[in-house]
Amino acid sequence: MRYAMAVDTKKCVGCSDCVVACQTENNVPIGYCREWVVEVMSGTYPQLEIEIRSERCNHCENSPCVRCCPTGASHYSNGGIVLVKPDKCIGCGACIASCPYDARYPHPGGYVDKCTFCIHRILDGMQPACVAVCPTKCMYFGDLDDPASDVSVILKKRKYKTLIPEAGTKPHLYFLI
Amino acid sequence: MNEELIVSGRSNPFIDPSLNIWHWQIPLYLFLGGLAAGILFFASLYTILGREEQCPTAVRKAPLVVPVLLVLGLFALFLDLKHKPYFWQLYTTIKLQSPMSWGAWVLMAVTPLSFIWAALNIKEIFPSWDWKFSWLINFEKICRKNILPLSWMIIVLSVILGVYTGILFSAFNARPLWNTSILGPLFLTSGLSTGAAAILLISKSSAERKLFAKIDVLLICIELFLIVHMFMGFLASTQVQIDAAELFLGGPYTAPFWVFVVALGLVVPLILEILELKKIHVPAVVPAILVLFGGIMLRFIIAFAGQSSRWLY
Repeated sequence: MRYAMAVDTKKCVGCSDCVVACQTENNVPIGYCREWVVEVMSGTYPQLEIEIRSERCNHCENSPCVRCCPTGASHYSNGGIVLVKPDKCIGCGACIASCPYDARYPHPGGYVDKCTFCIHRILDGMQPACVAVCPTKCMYFGDLDDPASDVSVILKKRKYKTLIPEAGTKPHLYFLI
Repeated sequence: MNEELIVSGRSNPFIDPSLNIWHWQIPLYLFLGGLAAGILFFASLYTILGREEQCPTAVRKAPLVVPVLLVLGLFALFLDLKHKPYFWQLYTTIKLQSPMSWGAWVLMAVTPLSFIWAALNIKEIFPSWDWKFSWLINFEKICRKNILPLSWMIIVLSVILGVYTGILFSAFNARPLWNTSILGPLFLTSGLSTGAAAILLISKSSAERKLFAKIDVLLICIELFLIVHMFMGFLASTQVQIDAAELFLGGPYTAPFWVFVVALGLVVPLILEILELKKIHVPAVVPAILVLFGGIMLRFIIAFAGQSSRWLY
C-alpha cells in the first residue's frame, strides 16, 4: 500500500478551504499551518499564467526527515505515511532542516508536527479533511498500488509533476498540470 | 516574470519567511566540540608517540579544559532542544543514517574519557591533590598502566567527533550550502587547528610552541585548500549549489566570511606564525586567539548561511 495525493492545478482556485479544514480537523495551534496554498505567476503581461498549488508534506518514499531523525520519532507508518511520535521526539530540529519542502514545524508542545494525511480519518475509511472539503473537487487521494483508486485513475489520465524531484526524495504529492 | 507566493498566509515560527531553526547553540557546540576534539587528538597522539616530556602542555595541561568545553557544548545542545524532558530518547536507539544519533553516542563515550584524562593530570593545577579513597587510587593506577590503549581509544573518538561536527551539516540535502562532503574534513581540520592554537596559547615551553606553530601552519594551509576546493565544487555543481556559493561571493555573507574567517582567522595567523618560525618575534597569543576566533566564526557563518540556502521551486 502506498498512499498518495494528487492536486489539480487547473481546477484549484486557491480558496484555502483545505488549509482551514486541516487546522480545524487536526487542532493545529493558532498561527501554525500544516498545509498552505502557493500561487505562481509567470510570463509577461498580458501573457500571464497562474498556477495554484495546495501544498503539504510530500510523504516522500525516500524521506530525508526519517533518515536524519536521531531517535526514530519520525517514521513510516501505514502505506508510507510519514509520521512523528511526539513522545520519542526530542525537538532537535534536524528533520525540519532536512525537509526541502519546509513542511515541518515545531509544535508549541515542543515536538515536531506535520501533515499526517489525516491517517485517523483514512483508517476510518474517510478521505483526508483537505480532500473531503475541497469545493472544486480538485484533490484526489488513494492507494497507488490499487489501480482503481481515485489517485491512480487520475494519474493515468493526466500529465503531472512532483516538487523538486531532483532532491531525490520520491514525493507522493502529485500536481496535475 | 516568475513570482511565487504563499497566498494562504503561512508563517510557521522558525520556518517562515526562511528557515531559522538553529540559533547560537548549535554553532557554539560545533566550535567547542571541534576544539575539544583537537586538544584530545594531540594529547593522545603525543602519548602514543611517547613524547609526553617534549609536549607537556599538549599532553597534560590543555586536556584539563576539555571536560569543561564538552560539558558547556552539551549544555548548549540541550538548550537547543525544544522537547527537553525527552532528551534521553537519543540513547534508546542507534541510527547509523543519522549523524546526530551516532554523534550523540560518540559524545557519550568521549566525555567520560576526557574526564578520566583530566583526572590523571589534575596534579598539574593542584600539586597536592589526593584521591582519598583507595578505589579511586586503584582506578588511577589501572588507567596509568593502560595509558596506551586509552590513548588509542581517545585518538579514534576525537577524529570521529571532529569529523561528525561537519558531517552533521553535510547530511542535509535540503540545504545546498551544507550538502558537501568537504564540510566533514573542513570542520575536522578547523577543530585540530583550534586545538593546536589553544595549546600554543597555554604552552610555556618554546620548543613546544615552535612545534605547534608548525602544525598550525600546516593545518591552516589544508583548511585554505579545502575552502577553495569547496567553492570550486559548488560553482561546478547544480544551480542550487551555485546559488549557495553566491551567498559568499557577493551575497549577504561575503564580508563576514572573507574578513572574519579567511583573512583574520586563517591568513593573518598563518603569516604571523610563519614570521614567528622565521625568528621574528610575534606575541604567540595573537595568532592563537585569531585562529580560535576564526574557528568560531566559521561555525556561526556556515550554520546561519546554510539555513538561508534552499532548493527553489
